[in-house]
Amino acid sequence: MSSRSSARLGRSIALHLFLTPLALIWLFPLWMMVVFSTMPDNGIFSPGIELLPHGNFIDNFNNLQRDTNFVGAIGISVSVAVTYTFLSVLLTSMAGWALARYQFFGKGVVVAIILGTITLPYAVVLIPQFIMVARDFKLANTWVALIVPPLFNSLGVLFMRQSFSMMPDDLFDAARVEGVKEWRIFLFVALPLARPMLAALAIILFLASWNNYLWPLLINSQPGSMTAPVALGTLIGLTKVSWGGIMAGAVMLTVPMLVVFVLLQRHFIAGIAAGAVK
Amino acid sequence: MRNRNATAYRFLTPYLLIFAIFWVWPIISSFMISFQATRTVPWRFAPGFNWGRLIGDPAFFNALKNTLLILVIQVPVMISLALVMAVLLNSPLLKARGLYRFAFFAPVVVGEVAYSAVFRLMFNLDFGIINKLLNSVGLPKIDWFSNVTPAMALIMIAVTWRWAGYNAIILLAGMQSIPEDVYEAATLDRVSKLKQFFYITLPLLKPVIVFCLVLSIIGTMQLFTEPFLITERGGPGGGTETLGLLLYRQGFRSLNFGYASAVAYTMAGLAIAITLAQLWLTREPK
Repeated sequence: MSSRSSARLGRSIALHLFLTPLALIWLFPLWMMVVFSTMPDNGIFSPGIELLPHGNFIDNFNNLQRDTNFVGAIGISVSVAVTYTFLSVLLTSMAGWALARYQFFGKGVVVAIILGTITLPYAVVLIPQFIMVARDFKLANTWVALIVPPLFNSLGVLFMRQSFSMMPDDLFDAARVEGVKEWRIFLFVALPLARPMLAALAIILFLASWNNYLWPLLINSQPGSMTAPVALGTLIGLTKVSWGGIMAGAVMLTVPMLVVFVLLQRHFIAGIAAGAVK
Repeated sequence: MRNRNATAYRFLTPYLLIFAIFWVWPIISSFMISFQATRTVPWRFAPGFNWGRLIGDPAFFNALKNTLLILVIQVPVMISLALVMAVLLNSPLLKARGLYRFAFFAPVVVGEVAYSAVFRLMFNLDFGIINKLLNSVGLPKIDWFSNVTPAMALIMIAVTWRWAGYNAIILLAGMQSIPEDVYEAATLDRVSKLKQFFYITLPLLKPVIVFCLVLSIIGTMQLFTEPFLITERGGPGGGTETLGLLLYRQGFRSLNFGYASAVAYTMAGLAIAITLAQLWLTREPK
């Protein structure tokens, strides 16, 4: 018995001895992001090894604000991400509800199409989307351009379909016997029941919108209409620019999301896992 | 489950409308544009114009080679690492699981632009912390940005850092859905943990692993931000240019939509071929 428990202890120690350095390596870039954001520019480019934060964050942030209107860009990013998340959750849960709870003509085709688009590279639709939104609809540099085209989202629909199909029939049938309309059943019975899943989906969609880079880079490239990642991206690679400022921006984009991640870890992980498993 | 065509379609319409406008039409349109000469207005139908050029374009083959190289090296490394992370995080012997989980999953929330900036600074030739650390243990500095091999390695390191934890989440969820009693029975039969992994976990996890592989391949296939921002537009000298970057350069820098569409369709063809091959290779034996 004691030899088995000491074997367990040995295995446990080996496990931690392997995982701890790996975890530290994984956290290192995030730590350095924080360190860089607090260092004066000449500190970032000094010959010594600097692993601890300094006190220059405010100066760096002021440089960033001078190089690009970052506060304005953050405002755009927040508004776009909030609107997008709301609309996308609504649209994908409506579609998920239809696919989970009704038998209808063409259902198999709809499901097959949604599954099929998961494996289709976004690159295929990128150019016509751009031509359509910018040239035909004249919507470049507007919020609509940032919010509407990404609303098609396969994983969200599959996720919500899964959640709704696990709910018992009796629940909805009882309401139907009372003569409650289908859209009311969806809004006031099904959606509240799906709250944990909605939370998970909302977090994932918010994050996707918050971090989206290529599409906003293409469609909203005018100063004053850029999202925060795009504004930050314009500075990377320029020579006469404050790297401390860029890092302050990186921290401002990342740290709020990390806090959300820590607070809502369960929902977060559920959201990522849900698309895949089952 | 009720048969209600009208109700179902009322719920589906907004979603399908977005799908029709922003996906169905573009998929068709992209295909048609790839057969048009778009350098001059009005565009004209010229079937061989882009595709003919593609077949003879060294820049295309360079981007294709780079993309496939990253695909062949980075994706298997990352999925294996994610599998190791998931198995170890799943171990009942692990203490402070939350801390480790945070470490591996944190990059999932970091945007591409933010982390690209950090990686540029960390891997800088003279001032980068990585080279300083290499130097301090007696190893030579590596010029990550002016030589092709280290630059490619840097792209792979960056992508692996960003996405390994994401895949580990998915794999971990898959592992946790394997019923516990399978392992209990195996333990009673004195099957070693390692054998349990190879004969129980891996086979039962196969569909989830395939899902991760497919998602990673599609993602890597379109790799854009990392070679754009970290190695400065596919540098050195096109050494890290990917298909995604070539598409951006042709479509949105040179405004050559026809050629860029041909590149996009090549990516789609490649993605579909790889996905089908993978599904076929991992199909359930009859």
